[in-house]
Amino acid sequence: MAEKEQKKQKKLEKNQEETVSSEIDSTRSSELSAELDGLLDEIDEVLETNAEEFVKNYVQKGGE
Amino acid sequence: MAVQRIYGTETEYGIIHRGVKNPNPIGASSFLINAYLSKSHEPGRGPSAPRVGWDFIDETPDLDIRGFAPIGSLPPEIEPNLVNSVLVNGSRYYVDHAHPELSTPECLDPLSLLKWDRAGDEILIRSMVAANESLPPGEELIVYKNNSDGKGNSYGCHENYLLSRETPFGRIVQHATTHFVSRQIFTGAGKVGSEVPGEERSSIPFQLTQRADFFEEEVGLETTLKRPIINTRDEPHADPLKYRRLHVIVGDANLCEVATFLKVGTTGVVMAMIEDDFLDNKLKIADPVFALRQVSRDLSMSEPILLEGGKTASALSLQWEIFERGQKYLNEFGFENVGGENVKKVMDYWERVLTALESDPEKLFGLLDWATKKKLIDSYKSRHNLHSGDYKLAALDLQYHDLRPDMSLFSRIEAEKILSAEEVNSAVENPPRGTRAYFRGKCLEKWPEKIVVANWDSIVFETGSQNLQRVPMNDPFKGSFEHVDELINTCETVIELIERVSEPS
Repeated sequence: MAEKEQKKQKKLEKNQEETVSSEIDSTRSSELSAELDGLLDEIDEVLETNAEEFVKNYVQKGGE
Repeated sequence: MAVQRIYGTETEYGIIHRGVKNPNPIGASSFLINAYLSKSHEPGRGPSAPRVGWDFIDETPDLDIRGFAPIGSLPPEIEPNLVNSVLVNGSRYYVDHAHPELSTPECLDPLSLLKWDRAGDEILIRSMVAANESLPPGEELIVYKNNSDGKGNSYGCHENYLLSRETPFGRIVQHATTHFVSRQIFTGAGKVGSEVPGEERSSIPFQLTQRADFFEEEVGLETTLKRPIINTRDEPHADPLKYRRLHVIVGDANLCEVATFLKVGTTGVVMAMIEDDFLDNKLKIADPVFALRQVSRDLSMSEPILLEGGKTASALSLQWEIFERGQKYLNEFGFENVGGENVKKVMDYWERVLTALESDPEKLFGLLDWATKKKLIDSYKSRHNLHSGDYKLAALDLQYHDLRPDMSLFSRIEAEKILSAEEVNSAVENPPRGTRAYFRGKCLEKWPEKIVVANWDSIVFETGSQNLQRVPMNDPFKGSFEHVDELINTCETVIELIERVSEPS
């Protein structure tokens, strides 16, 4: 019986942990979207100016 | 019985030379490497230091692990005339085909491997800076850590795992193949477009891996044509009666530390399970070449893969199965043969990543390259209202891998770090302590002018007498810090060193 209780308690703790970790996840995702906006601004700044020419000129020889 | 593992990677980087009419990638790669060797001011390097070249005597890329090679198959060629150097951190840095390539020193565990793999990237960054300082104005060398040019040309990031010679090759083929096909869900570096001949490039807006489009065979010796999922090069760089080396050519080069750590760490666990025959024999993919592409293109990770015997399983469920087996295995056999306690961290990340892939792959931004790149591409696309064939998206894909700190898109994201910058910088200057790489690196640091050539298996010393002296290093586990540090510190000359290593111990 006591063992069962213990297991129950453990399960409860695990659930609480999961709630905490999902809160962290949702904070992470809202942080991510704010971070992403800034990041997209940066990409606008640094992305090779002539994308088509850059992509077409990126030619490598096969290796290995 | 699983043997203690040795881990290593070999990365070929993409290179472009801007500002010249007819760029020559071989010349550019040589220039890049020479610039690094000339500019570093560490012992054994620097402008006036002698260059220690690579010794090709132990290279046998045409030996097939199966003991035969099918008629008409082409083994890779050795190119002894191009720049080929050994570094004080135990790495090999050279020109391979038309790419700069860096092979890490031999490492005992996945965390060390990650450290020296990252040190490799750092060496390439420093090489670029050094090269661009000495190029005429208007010219620039740019290095990319990716595996394809988007036009059907691919270059590799190979992994190496030391295995017991006793392990039946057929067992390696079956289980390694199942892992290589399904692990793409976390090893993929992501790619815009298809590069399968005859297929419209834009028919695949995004896929998980750079490499899946290039594999045509299940097993074989080749690496440049008809690439096989299991490569059979039989060159253990150790006692061939005791060991074989699995040379893995099917993976992507990763920028996310978590992805590299998982790629190598999970594969190390799988290798140990193969050696101890711990995996479920029912997990055999019916058509691995087809499945490799199928998984790379299935962003849901849930499409059924046909197994032998008619059952099916998704890539994600195969990975869960292998992960759970791995947990049982490590509980039973311990962590010793896979690289010690740091493999617990591999297991933690493995579980975390599979859980997130199942529920919300966007959580893996900064942990996995494909998930990070996809998020960037999707958001950029919707911000500018682009169609999926827009060149800007292909440019974003390429520039993700640009290694210039100011231009790299990867370096702008806050990727999850396993290592500190100090650890990476230290690995640029120092060899790992646990293997013969320590002896190689430290001898090179102390006696650069006395070493004629070196390679994985030996060092050739100039002793002033008529004959050069070769010190063999057949055993990758000997020559570690523990074995030789005091010896190297207390020997003044290489003559003394050779005398003392020749003494019967």
